[in-house]
Amino acid sequence: MRSLTLGHYLPGDSLLHRMDPRVKLVSLLILITALFVIETFLGFVLFGSFVFLVFLSTRLPWQYFFRGLRPVFFIVLITLVLHFLFTKGGQVYIRWGPLTVEEAGIYLGSFMTLRLMLLVTTTVMITLTTSPIAFADGIEYLLRPFRRIGVPGHEIAMMMTIALRFIPTLMEEGEKIRKAQMARGADFETGNIFRRARNMVPLLVPLFVSAFRRADELAVAMEARCYRGGQGRTRLRELQTRPLDYCGLTTVTAILVFIIVTGV
Amino acid sequence: MRSVLLDLKNVTFDYILEDKQSLRAVNGLSLQVEEGEYIALIGPNGSGKSTLARLLNALIIPLSGEVKVDGYATKVEEHRWEIRRRVGMVFQNPDNQIVATTVQEDVAFGLENLGIETSEILKRITEALDRVGLRAYAEHAPHLLSGGQKQRLAIAGVIAMRPRCLVLDEPTAMLDPRGRKEVLDTIHSMNRQENITVVHITHFMEEALQADRVIVMNRGEIAAMGKPETIFNGSTDLHLLGLEVPPIPRLAEMLRAQGLTIPMNVLGADDLVSYLCSSK
Repeated sequence: MRSLTLGHYLPGDSLLHRMDPRVKLVSLLILITALFVIETFLGFVLFGSFVFLVFLSTRLPWQYFFRGLRPVFFIVLITLVLHFLFTKGGQVYIRWGPLTVEEAGIYLGSFMTLRLMLLVTTTVMITLTTSPIAFADGIEYLLRPFRRIGVPGHEIAMMMTIALRFIPTLMEEGEKIRKAQMARGADFETGNIFRRARNMVPLLVPLFVSAFRRADELAVAMEARCYRGGQGRTRLRELQTRPLDYCGLTTVTAILVFIIVTGV
Repeated sequence: MRSVLLDLKNVTFDYILEDKQSLRAVNGLSLQVEEGEYIALIGPNGSGKSTLARLLNALIIPLSGEVKVDGYATKVEEHRWEIRRRVGMVFQNPDNQIVATTVQEDVAFGLENLGIETSEILKRITEALDRVGLRAYAEHAPHLLSGGQKQRLAIAGVIAMRPRCLVLDEPTAMLDPRGRKEVLDTIHSMNRQENITVVHITHFMEEALQADRVIVMNRGEIAAMGKPETIFNGSTDLHLLGLEVPPIPRLAEMLRAQGLTIPMNVLGADDLVSYLCSSK
């Protein structure tokens, strides 16, 4: 379960940790844009060292920087292999039966791989340093202008909060059901992948039924506590932008401009 | 003379079942609850207790008749928020009424909905958590609390909104004895110290003994109503409704049958012991 949460939040007190989640989200968007306009390997090296330096400043273990890549390892590998084999052009390096590895393939393959890897590490760096609740708040705020075209920003944030609240509760319950079914002779551990998936049914059905019941009761409880959507709601934690946030935003904008102007 | 806070006049409510048939849950019920009163609501399953609770804060609207809270009628849509702000609800399952990921944010939830300013919210959180004894847990995640603590958190989330009345729908049903005691002590202190009206639905007869007034419900109607000593003295046929007379009143009744004179207001074990010892 833990491995599923791409970039598990690690609390800390660094500059990046303390930044406004809205600013971090916008900065992330700017950095991703920058990644897609980079045209040279030098650009990636500069970009990569910037991100790595920022990561070091968070004083989180540096291994986490690369650990974030693990879930996307296969995608990266496949990208690399496909480009190597099927992008043609330039000098032929390896010829193996009908397959050839050519210059353009190696160039484009490593280029795309680097871009993908940097994309993931940059995103993971932000998720590692931002609490999910702060994230939800930031998303709610940033989606506010899109309310008029029907984007339910408040609802999305509320859903994220409730999901976070209930993940531990449902995991506990899932464990209880698993034990109860095992006591009745259910087998969750042997057999091939299909059999094991099918054996999960007696675990998932009760879990879903209970989750729906919980949702129903929670909705009533929320209504009883005067919940009526985002309109006219105040917040316990007001988001605040400080000089630090403007510095961060200026830095990433400068990076984007630098890349566009110099064409690295 | 205390003022009337909850006023129900000839209230009827039906549930619509799947096959379009209707099930009468509350049938022509009239009831007045005074400010500061502690009401215990007992009755067999399906007697309409929970329906009555939901009628009290406009979660459901009566089919006919009228429910008034502090002068506001629940069927008027504009009054609903005024009513919910005055009548706080606590439900049976402690897990399914906690919304936020930390204790203090959950207390803040109702206040945020009311649009109260941040500084005032912070003040009220501290106040409410102090009242239920959870101050030290302000930053904790709710799933790490015990059942009794979760239920006290639910109470804190409600009292932070400064309600006039607390409606509790079997708040102790899922708790262990220790959690039950914590929650009951909290409810009683709210009633005594803050003069908050309490409507306490319960399956535990002992809990009803400490109320100002006990209401016995059956088939959507009030079957009996009165002070605990008159409800539990044997004159009401509780066993016919599948309810049990709590042990101490039952023991007192048996002793009376043996010729002892025990006053009707002896309901607790301590009272009975001290009475028997002094009467020797």
